Amino acid sequence: MAHSEHIVSGFDRDLEGIQAQIMRMGGLVEEAIAKATEALETRDLELARAVRAGDKAIDALDESVNDEAARIIAQRQPIASDLRTVLTVFRVSTNLERIGDYAKNIAKRTETIIDQPPVNGTGASLRRMARQVELMLKDVLDAYIQRDAALAADVRARDIDVDQMYSALFREYLTFMMEDPRNITTCMHLHFMAKNIERMGDHVTSIAEQVIYLVTGDMPEDDRPKQDRTAHDAGNLT
Amino acid sequence: MNDMRMTERGVNTKDIKIEARKVQVFYGANHAIKDVDVDIEDKTVTAFIGPSGCGKSTFLRCLNRMNDTIDICRVEGDIILDGEDIYDKRVDPVQLRAKVGMVFQKPNPFPKSIYDNVAYGPKIHGLSRNKAELDEIVESSLRRAALWNEVKDRLDAPGTGLSGGQQQRLCIARAVATSPEVLLMDEPCSALDPIATAQVEELIDELRQSYSVVIVTHSMQQAARVSQKTAFFHLGNLVEFGETSKIFTNPEDPRTESYITGRIG
Repeated sequence: MAHSEHIVSGFDRDLEGIQAQIMRMGGLVEEAIAKATEALETRDLELARAVRAGDKAIDALDESVNDEAARIIAQRQPIASDLRTVLTVFRVSTNLERIGDYAKNIAKRTETIIDQPPVNGTGASLRRMARQVELMLKDVLDAYIQRDAALAADVRARDIDVDQMYSALFREYLTFMMEDPRNITTCMHLHFMAKNIERMGDHVTSIAEQVIYLVTGDMPEDDRPKQDRTAHDAGNLT
Repeated sequence: MNDMRMTERGVNTKDIKIEARKVQVFYGANHAIKDVDVDIEDKTVTAFIGPSGCGKSTFLRCLNRMNDTIDICRVEGDIILDGEDIYDKRVDPVQLRAKVGMVFQKPNPFPKSIYDNVAYGPKIHGLSRNKAELDEIVESSLRRAALWNEVKDRLDAPGTGLSGGQQQRLCIARAVATSPEVLLMDEPCSALDPIATAQVEELIDELRQSYSVVIVTHSMQQAARVSQKTAFFHLGNLVEFGETSKIFTNPEDPRTESYITGRIG
């Protein structure tokens, strides 16, 4: 870590402890995203169930991080960079927990549509989108542990790709549904999954902003470019 | 509530009460304060923090010429109070100290009654014409120090018989009795328990309405709680001076960061 050690070494152990928990959470969440989309693509019911069950461990870590961070505030009264570390731990933990929930929801929907006839090629595009988010998550966790604001800014800029993929998928599903109403059930579920992945990207972006705050003391001020326009022009598809 | 706090802390249009420029202090050959420039604002609590021996108390004592009492001590540079250089030959240090009051680390009431402790300053400075006026000054000073209700029935009792926290508030009452404009406090709570500390801190916040308060403290939390401006001293240098909220969330200088977060420099 960039800073020298505290005179009270227990303080260092506390801070390292909660950050280690965050990294463990991050690892579990990355795995959940990968497995959830794999289960969808390969129609693997067991794997989908495992993802749903695995979310409990992520929730438990989130709770543990919050308890531990509260204890550190009470006992150590962190200030300056220590304060920012503890504050960001709270928020990053919440972001990761939410991403875990989205992965769980993808697994749940996979179980629902597993017996429906597949819609051509849709699983693979979702997997690509999820892969992008997974890579962003991996990078943002690296940026977090390395205190690398430049890498965090890079991750933040990459969310635009996820938004674009989501817009493309949105159109694709709409087309499938218009072509054949029998696709509607599956495509509605697939669309929610795509939306889940898009939301995951937003949470990763929020983690990236936390990393920038942690390192610089300021939140990034510029607005991120937004590419998801589906809320505006969805009706003009044809 | 939060918003009020923000505006309260964000104010930066205050008048400058004390302007220090290129202040140097020497104890014999020892260069204790090096080239310090600082503006102390009116109606603001300014905290001086830094490790032992960093010069913060020495600098505080320059502000009312308490260092004059030390033979080997030499002060250079300008300290301007309301446009007047306090080290000018025409300035009477005793008058100056009535205007710039001081409260010390250990409560040091005179071995006199509570009443006389507070009445002493106004008497020697001739601030009252008769007993009634003096009574009024004593009462209002004790009220401002949030001590009146606890002592009004035993003003003749010795000041030394009060509890530590009460003694410190008595010393604050004594300091405000001469209607100072600046109040210097050198670790005023270090000998007090948490409740007495909280009472003194509450008092400091009230005194801020009328005075410019400068406090030296070893407690980071205390500096963060009571002050609007913080100055960090290290090895006789003023390393960083700025808004307290900024210093304690995102200090500029790595030395400040190391010190306030309790790291090995």
